[in-house]
Amino acid sequence: MRVTVRLFARLRDLVGTGELQRDAPGGATVGAVWAGLVAEYPELSPYEKSISCAVNADYSRFTAAVADGDEVAFLPPVSGG
Amino acid sequence: MVSLTAITTTMLDTGALVRALDTTGIGAVTTFIGLVRDHNLGRRVLHLEYEAYEALAVKGLDRIVSESLEQWPSVRIAIHHRIGRMEIGDASVAIAAASPHRGEAFAASRYAIERIKQIVPIWKHEYFEGGDVWIEGATADPDNTEARAQALKIACA
Repeated sequence: MRVTVRLFARLRDLVGTGELQRDAPGGATVGAVWAGLVAEYPELSPYEKSISCAVNADYSRFTAAVADGDEVAFLPPVSGG
Repeated sequence: MVSLTAITTTMLDTGALVRALDTTGIGAVTTFIGLVRDHNLGRRVLHLEYEAYEALAVKGLDRIVSESLEQWPSVRIAIHHRIGRMEIGDASVAIAAASPHRGEAFAASRYAIERIKQIVPIWKHEYFEGGDVWIEGATADPDNTEARAQALKIACA
C-alpha cells in the first residue's frame, strides 16, 4: 500500500520537502512509517521523542495502523500563539 | 458570516471576531491579541513566518472552543490564527470571549491561548539579527490531561 507523508516546520526543512509518497507493507503502523523515513533520513531520528503524529488530519499514535491512501503527518513540538 | 475559528493568511480583524459572537444575555466581552514581538530570548527579531497543518489546526481551535464550553457553559468564544509572514507588531492570534459576567470571559480567553500553545499544529520560524530558527514548544497531545489541567490552572489563577 501507499501512504502520503506530510512533514512540517523543521522536519520539512531537514527532508527538503513537506510531502512524499512512500510504500508500506499491509498492516503497517504509523511508527513503521516513521522508522522507514528515519532509515532514509537519519537526521530525523533525534525528533523521535518529541514529535506528534496524525493520520488523515486527526491526532494519532505511533501504534495505530495505517491504510492505503492515508495521509500520515509528523509534527515537531508546536509553537503557535 | 465570520466563522468562530479560522486559520487565515489575511490580517486579523478583532472587531469582526467580536461581532461573530452571539451576545444575547452577555455582560462582558474580552479580546486577546497576540503580537509579533521585536525580541525573543535576547535576540533582535526581524520578522516571523508562521506555518500550520491547516486541516488539523482548525480542528484544534474547534476543540479548544468545545473545551471552553465544557468548562464555562455560558461563554461564547471565537479564535482566529494568522499564518504566513508577519512583521513586528502584526497580530498573529486573536481571541474574543463573551460571557454574562467578566470572570468567565477573562478565564476562557486565557485558557484558549494556553491551549493553542499546547495542541494546535502551528510553528513559528523566527528570523532574527544573525540567523533564523524554528521555535519548538510543546509536544502536541490533546489527550494529555495534565497539560489541560495546567492550562486551566493558569486560566483560573
